[in-house]
Amino acid sequence: MEKPYRRRDLLGIRDLTPAEIRGILDTAENFREINTREIKKVPALRGKTVVNLFFENSTRTRTSFEIAAKRLSADAVNISVSASSVSKGETLVDTALNLDAMDPDCIVVRHSSAGVPHQLAKVSRAAIVNAGDGANEHPTQALLDAMTIREHKKKIRGQEVAIIGDILHSRVARSNIHLLTKMGAKVRVAGPGTLVPKDFEYFIDETRDRSQETGDNSLESLSSLKSLESKAEDQSPLTVCEHIEDAISGADVVMILRIQRERQDSAYFPTLSEYAIHYGLTNERLDLAKKDAIVLHPGPMNRGIEIASEVADSSRSLILNQVKYGVAVRMAVLYLATGGSIGKE
Amino acid sequence: MENEPKLKEKSRIMDASRMKRALSRLASEIVEDNQGTNDLYIVGIRRRGVPLAERIVDRIAQLEGEPPLFGIIDITLYRDDLSTVGANPIVNRTELDTDIEGKVIVLVDDVLYTGRTIRAALDQLMDFGRPKKVQLAVLIDRGREHRELPIQADFIGKTVPTKNSEIIKVMLKEYDEAEAVGIYERP
Repeated sequence: MEKPYRRRDLLGIRDLTPAEIRGILDTAENFREINTREIKKVPALRGKTVVNLFFENSTRTRTSFEIAAKRLSADAVNISVSASSVSKGETLVDTALNLDAMDPDCIVVRHSSAGVPHQLAKVSRAAIVNAGDGANEHPTQALLDAMTIREHKKKIRGQEVAIIGDILHSRVARSNIHLLTKMGAKVRVAGPGTLVPKDFEYFIDETRDRSQETGDNSLESLSSLKSLESKAEDQSPLTVCEHIEDAISGADVVMILRIQRERQDSAYFPTLSEYAIHYGLTNERLDLAKKDAIVLHPGPMNRGIEIASEVADSSRSLILNQVKYGVAVRMAVLYLATGGSIGKE
Repeated sequence: MENEPKLKEKSRIMDASRMKRALSRLASEIVEDNQGTNDLYIVGIRRRGVPLAERIVDRIAQLEGEPPLFGIIDITLYRDDLSTVGANPIVNRTELDTDIEGKVIVLVDDVLYTGRTIRAALDQLMDFGRPKKVQLAVLIDRGREHRELPIQADFIGKTVPTKNSEIIKVMLKEYDEAEAVGIYERP
């Protein structure tokens, strides 16, 4: 029997076992039905308070969490940085303690610095859910991506997933690499040399350590990790590709990351149009992937830069499905954070 | 269920053939009461109400030549003890693919005890629409004295007067090794 889910905080995918990831995805799948009802509301979290504490702007993620909380009958309160007392000089811990004094059950936090949710978890009595911290993790995005892959490819194990773009600054990439390698997919990353860390072995090391700790039964991935040490790169669950064509070639899933326009000023790449020419996903490049390959993008997308409009609007693009599944995933995460369990009945 | 301590069986109320006959009778009573299968919608309550509902549907199909509508509800998110039980219970899917508007719903569960499960099921049904009528069929009714809400069954397999210290277990081949109903003493 798999261990039931007993975690309260969701700080990152890195901390989760494959069984826990599966449990969250199964729960989310069962929540999907609620979103198809005429009355999209169940009383499960009645009387609970969910605070969306966003130090960074995000309409989509915040709205998704807010809708998820409301469909479970929780009271959702949104706090955004411009309206908060942080601008008046309050420290993070003081903000957390003040919120805590109002007895919320769950705090969903987004911050531009890595590790903020972890710090809040130490001082707050509420369950903390990471909605994106700096370049570290964005666990609910990886979970909704996984749900989309599972829905359209039946399973995650064995899928070849290309992640294209600004890997260096992307919390979406980090959470996805953790999740996909834990679940037995093969990940290939590619992008401009300045935005793809060549030395990504630390991810593999972490993945291996976790697998051993948690007794993950994927002997397959363990042995592939060993062979990585002997430089058998083709067996590795994570490969860094020099050209994006190599990453996309034969892929089941092509995940495009958003190019953060503000990075342009930091000289990571010359111009947006040059980025589009060399790294943008066009139909031509997508043709290198498997015939039934699916395209994912965490949004908001820059049409004509990292993804061509004809790809974004094609039937292979599941970008709006991702948004749809995002609500179900966040319902599951909030339900579990406020006391839910997963596992056998 | 896996973590429950071993219970001592005090007596066996039904074996497989008795259960089959009881379900056949329930099926007949349901179609007699509703004059056939028109607008009839049998809805099993997870978990053990589902296989019982499926068997009633099959029996009705044999009797009437056509099966009634069938659905499943999971009441987890409608429980009134979510804030008091330690961990929220596991959520399973509700499957009411046909609109319940104007239908005659027969909820099916294994045991009627306090009535709280049925309350949760009724609340959930109302979130799906406005059925013409809702009835309740149970395999075992533990008796009115246990009821904590004004809820009674319309169709009863067997009424078994029990004490609070006792547990009724309905075992079905879909989930258990045996196909039987027994009374057990709470440890």
